[in-house]
Amino acid sequence: MNYPLYIRSAPTENELKFHYMVHTSLDVVDEKISAMGKALVDQRELYLGLLYPTEDYKVYGYVTNSKVKFVMVVDSSNTALRDNEIRSMFRKLHNSYTDVMCNPFYNPGDRIQSRAFDSMVTSMMIQVC
Amino acid sequence: MEAAAGGGCGSGPPLLLSEGEQQCYSELFARCAAAGAAGGGPGSGPPEAARAVPSAATAAAGPVADLFRASQLPAETLHQITELCGAKRVGYFGPTQFYIALKLIAAAQSGLPVRIESIKCELPLPRFLMSKTDAEIRFGNPTELHGTKVQIPYLITEKNTFKRMDDEDKQETQSPTMSPLASPPSSPPHYQRVPLSHAYGKLRSNTEQMHPAPYEARQPLVQPEGPSSGAPGTKPPRHQASLIRSFSVEREPQDNNSNYPDEPWRITEEQREYYVNQFRSLQPDPSSFISGSVAKNFFTKSKLSIPELSYIWELSDADCDGALTLPEFCAAFHLIVARKNGYPLPEGLPPTLQTEYLQAAFPKPKRECALFDSYSESMPANQQPRDLNRMEKLSVKDMADFPVPTQDVTSDDKQGLKSTVDEALPKDVSEDPATKSGLLPPPPALPPRPCPSQISHLRVNSKRSAQRRPPTQLPNYGDFRLQKQSEQAPEAEIHPQLNRAPSQAAESSPAKKDIPYSQPPSKPIRRKFRPENPATENQDTSTAVGGPATAAAVKPHAAVQKQSSKQKKAIQTAIRKNKEANAVLARLNSELQQQLKEVHQERIALENQLEQLRPVTVL
Repeated sequence: MNYPLYIRSAPTENELKFHYMVHTSLDVVDEKISAMGKALVDQRELYLGLLYPTEDYKVYGYVTNSKVKFVMVVDSSNTALRDNEIRSMFRKLHNSYTDVMCNPFYNPGDRIQSRAFDSMVTSMMIQVC
Repeated sequence: MEAAAGGGCGSGPPLLLSEGEQQCYSELFARCAAAGAAGGGPGSGPPEAARAVPSAATAAAGPVADLFRASQLPAETLHQITELCGAKRVGYFGPTQFYIALKLIAAAQSGLPVRIESIKCELPLPRFLMSKTDAEIRFGNPTELHGTKVQIPYLITEKNTFKRMDDEDKQETQSPTMSPLASPPSSPPHYQRVPLSHAYGKLRSNTEQMHPAPYEARQPLVQPEGPSSGAPGTKPPRHQASLIRSFSVEREPQDNNSNYPDEPWRITEEQREYYVNQFRSLQPDPSSFISGSVAKNFFTKSKLSIPELSYIWELSDADCDGALTLPEFCAAFHLIVARKNGYPLPEGLPPTLQTEYLQAAFPKPKRECALFDSYSESMPANQQPRDLNRMEKLSVKDMADFPVPTQDVTSDDKQGLKSTVDEALPKDVSEDPATKSGLLPPPPALPPRPCPSQISHLRVNSKRSAQRRPPTQLPNYGDFRLQKQSEQAPEAEIHPQLNRAPSQAAESSPAKKDIPYSQPPSKPIRRKFRPENPATENQDTSTAVGGPATAAAVKPHAAVQKQSSKQKKAIQTAIRKNKEANAVLARLNSELQQQLKEVHQERIALENQLEQLRPVTVL
């Protein structure tokens, strides 16, 4: 079941296009994680790297050990973004996500409505854009 | 215009005004009408101005709304008043409607429910607090156009109030004219009063998720920047106004008394004790922490929505470890209580609620936690006499008493505390019910529904707590369990609360009085009269849980000690009954499960047969 727990885009026009890209990239993510096979789950890296580049955008993926997938779409013209930065962004996302999970009032599978998470994502997006 | 001294328009009961009231009301009416007429002219000609101007016998909606807001009643009350007085129906505030409305405002301010009948009583004059000087302080020069423009976003809400268009221009010239209405109080309370109208308007017109952004503007904390942020800040808060209830009347005394910017977020000593005791009830070791699930169950009882609780948790669990230490717990509890009292949740954890501050400010008390029994169990007893006399809405008002460190509340608390500590039994109960429960024959000493973790203490300390139960008046500490019970007592027929009772019962030990609540609604009513009437204990054996409702002849202030021992017996009887009921239900359950299994197997067998008999479909 692949439904978004959290989705955000900036700028907000043409949002649907980003939603669509994220959704299609989920297939790629699935491909990557299944390619490893069960035995290699532990060895599999969480950061999946560039999933597929289109002409305008690059899509990066990250999956947690609990099979929660993070997908990030960035503008191709943003060449200043390096792999390290992407990694660190995913790490921040992952950390914030675990903080959200720690909240006993959060049911896994619900949409994420945590304000801390929101603000973290906002700050990240501002930093990048 | 001043004519309507005695007559209603035929739509309501005859309105009897005393001379003083007549004078006051007609003055107010004249002002509103004048302001309306004056404002309708230079306004940009919105429809309501056109409606207001022609008939001098109507008060314009704008000044009337200002006036109502100045009465500092909560938004829903004003709403109700508007509806009741008939202005909505006829579409304007004629003299009758206006006078009725004023009378209702007076009634609401005196604590009576907002009903047509209330206006038949003798009431003091309604109080309004607004001043021109105040408006000036806030907005510079209100007579200048650009000065008044700043007020527009605040005044927008009265448009919403009366279901009018969101036209910003009408109100420009009207608000300054509301000045002469009352004595000029200090500026801070009114700075807060004005943003209230935000909430009121937004309450009606949108359903945005709660956003605490405007809260910062509202806090007295921001007073110095108030006037400046009033201008630029109004627009964003307008769009982000949260869905909270408007502040209850009690806020005003708080504003006047407090000198500290974040007073609502300061935990007083009594609150602190209470929180600590609650913490102990969940986790005996005060230096350890409460796990997430335990805390979740506990806080869920507060009946706040899950997103709000989630947000409160986020604020208070500073280290995000899924568990609450004592300071974190106190902060969370405090936020919950504040929220229940209508305060919007802050954007960030206030400094007085942070872990370091709490640890420094309050050394962990080592007091014996026996008190907490008395808190949880005696509070409902004393809360009920107070709450039964008010409508449900106003029970929130009770809660509002709490975070406000006003004289009245603290004196009550001190009295309660003292009596608890001294174990002076009969004194307070005799005072409290006598003063407060004159009207109804309340069941003040209903053995409360303690929370699950306290049930063992209930049994252990039943003797002690039975004695302590009546006198302790530690009220309204946001003990949501109590509020639930007190709401149940007057309105036991409200099902949702009762449905919550069974769910609580389900998760607690069997020997609880909760189980009676899962039975038909009428039972709790009977149940609550039980403790008062010793005679009904014998009848308990005949009825499943409660004695008959004939125990109206309650004398709560007589022989409290006898009462408490009766209560103990009643509790024990109830426990026994519940155990029996439980056993019966468990047996029934197992039988049904058995039947279900059998039916299942039959079904499987039948399905197999069907499969075999079905002709094989080829292609």
